[in-house]
Amino acid sequence: MTLHSFTEEQGLLIDLVKRIGEEYIAPYALEWDEKEQYDPLPMRALADADLFGIIVPKEYGGLGMGVFEMALAVEYLSYYCAGVSTTFAASFLGAYPIILFGNKEQKEKYLPEIAKGKKLLAFALTEPQAGSDAFAIKTTAKREGDFYILNGVKQWITNGGIADLYVVIALTDPTKGPRGASAFIVERGDPGFSFGKKERKLGLKASVTTDLIFNDCKIPKDRLLSKEGMGFMVALKTLDYARCGAGAQALGIAQAAIDVSIKHAKRRIQFGQPVYQFQAVSHTFAEMAMRLEASRALVYSVAKYIDSGAKDFSGASAMAKCFATDQAMWICERAIQMMGGYGYMRDYPVQKYFRDVKCLQIYEGTNEIQKNIIARELAKLYK
Amino acid sequence: MDKVIVCIKGVPKPGTVKVDPETHTLKRESAELILNPMDRSALEMAMRLKDKYNCEVVVITMGPPNAVPLLREAYSLGADKMILLSDRLFAGSDTLATSRVLARAISNLKPFSLVLMGLKSIDGETAQVPPETASLLGLPSVTNVKQISVEGEKVIVVRETDYSEEEIEVDLPAVLSVTPYLDYYRPPSFKRMLEARKLDPLILSAQDLALPEELLGLKGSPTQVHSVFEKKIMERGEIWEGSPEELAKRLIDLLKEKEIFKN
Repeated sequence: MTLHSFTEEQGLLIDLVKRIGEEYIAPYALEWDEKEQYDPLPMRALADADLFGIIVPKEYGGLGMGVFEMALAVEYLSYYCAGVSTTFAASFLGAYPIILFGNKEQKEKYLPEIAKGKKLLAFALTEPQAGSDAFAIKTTAKREGDFYILNGVKQWITNGGIADLYVVIALTDPTKGPRGASAFIVERGDPGFSFGKKERKLGLKASVTTDLIFNDCKIPKDRLLSKEGMGFMVALKTLDYARCGAGAQALGIAQAAIDVSIKHAKRRIQFGQPVYQFQAVSHTFAEMAMRLEASRALVYSVAKYIDSGAKDFSGASAMAKCFATDQAMWICERAIQMMGGYGYMRDYPVQKYFRDVKCLQIYEGTNEIQKNIIARELAKLYK
Repeated sequence: MDKVIVCIKGVPKPGTVKVDPETHTLKRESAELILNPMDRSALEMAMRLKDKYNCEVVVITMGPPNAVPLLREAYSLGADKMILLSDRLFAGSDTLATSRVLARAISNLKPFSLVLMGLKSIDGETAQVPPETASLLGLPSVTNVKQISVEGEKVIVVRETDYSEEEIEVDLPAVLSVTPYLDYYRPPSFKRMLEARKLDPLILSAQDLALPEELLGLKGSPTQVHSVFEKKIMERGEIWEGSPEELAKRLIDLLKEKEIFKN
């Protein structure tokens, strides 16, 4: 309802993502959800459209765009299928550490292929006993000559098994606690690296989630990102950048939920008139629209703030992620209610939005953890 | 495989088309043009050849100046050069007159390996232009091709027929029309979309192509359109209401009455 101004390039980007959504996603999204199927088709199209290169610097063959453009692409993709946008956005989560912390050789080796969409990525921090308590990770990486030997299990990793490159956080010095963690690039096919079973999820079913298993996984020492001991620095900075992506997913899903349910409410006749004519219904839509627009304004503003060169934006990006995903959860729940029985039926997409959007309050840092971050940053302002 | 030429056509966006009341031909200059959907197959096939053989892809269209965005679209899909054949004299051309213009423009681009076109356009629906152009150029023509593999100077193509597939060996250069059913169509590249905004096609007129007026447009077209009419949608049928048993009996009686059912 509110108008956001876009540059000509951003406008073209949005049009292209919509086109990909209409042609390569919309006809299949409900089927992928029903069959719990990952189909590489939209990834192929996104790669051919250069869109894996959005955040990759131009010197490495990317588009050299910012967090805002990344968020726009993710938002419009999520409108069509949040499972697909999760696969896409998780790849950015794996690409950010290389863009932000990779050395020249690592960037030259990996970024051109990433920009072309020839290498899908994943980011692996979570472990069975280390979710919100990320510092409790146990996976180790022991230096042996020119190699590191990784041992441990990473849990619920988006793109597990389908990604080509994995950024993995592991302890190089378990005695140092969080300061003993380091970040590594692990390639699919590295010896001792395997995958657990595909997880069965409530939503985001077009995306793949598995465990990563490291059993004396041997990788060359030049796969270390940044320096030993910088693992959590790499992880936290990456999440700061990527959180707008989760917020943007929420915008796309919520917009889709409103679009589908309002069309229904304006057509569905009960008591001799479209149900939209009842104030209880129309006011609910008014509330849904307000919450979505407020979320959009926040996500866009934080993304632009990051792109303006801001140094400290943990609190801002946590706000964008937490607020937008909470609102989207509420909007999707209301969208089902506004459609009544139709909303509950699997022939209509709103129940899918509702199941998909739930994960956004959980992954990339639960919304409770986001509030911890916001509270921590807030306290700094009132010393 | 050095150069592949792709001919594309702008067709009126369904719902925006108007017919010229005098000539009974489509008013293309006022319509919103979209890329003929079947031409996307020709472009995709050309890009696959480009991926494999690094050949140059030249895209040609005959049409009014509002066809330029379609050429830019072809560029963003991977075409290297854009040519627009545009002249008032071309207006109203039937398939033969069109093929004459295309054949002349293609001939000027020699040497080339292949000319690719869509099977047919969704406005004309004749599927005549690819074979007519081949004939005017004196080149082999194969229609409804789904696969192209190059072996030296020869090309092995697989074409779809109504009942099966045929494998045909053709000498290069050749003119092929491509099946509308490929397994994948790439979207435009964002980088090339940005570049295409600033690029203009080479525009060639009848004079540039040294084509005489009498062979062009309505004058040069043996096809004369006598009239056009809008197809009427069938009127709403009868609606019967009643129990299934009653309705079944009524239907059987009717079928007997019409002598479709015989006792």
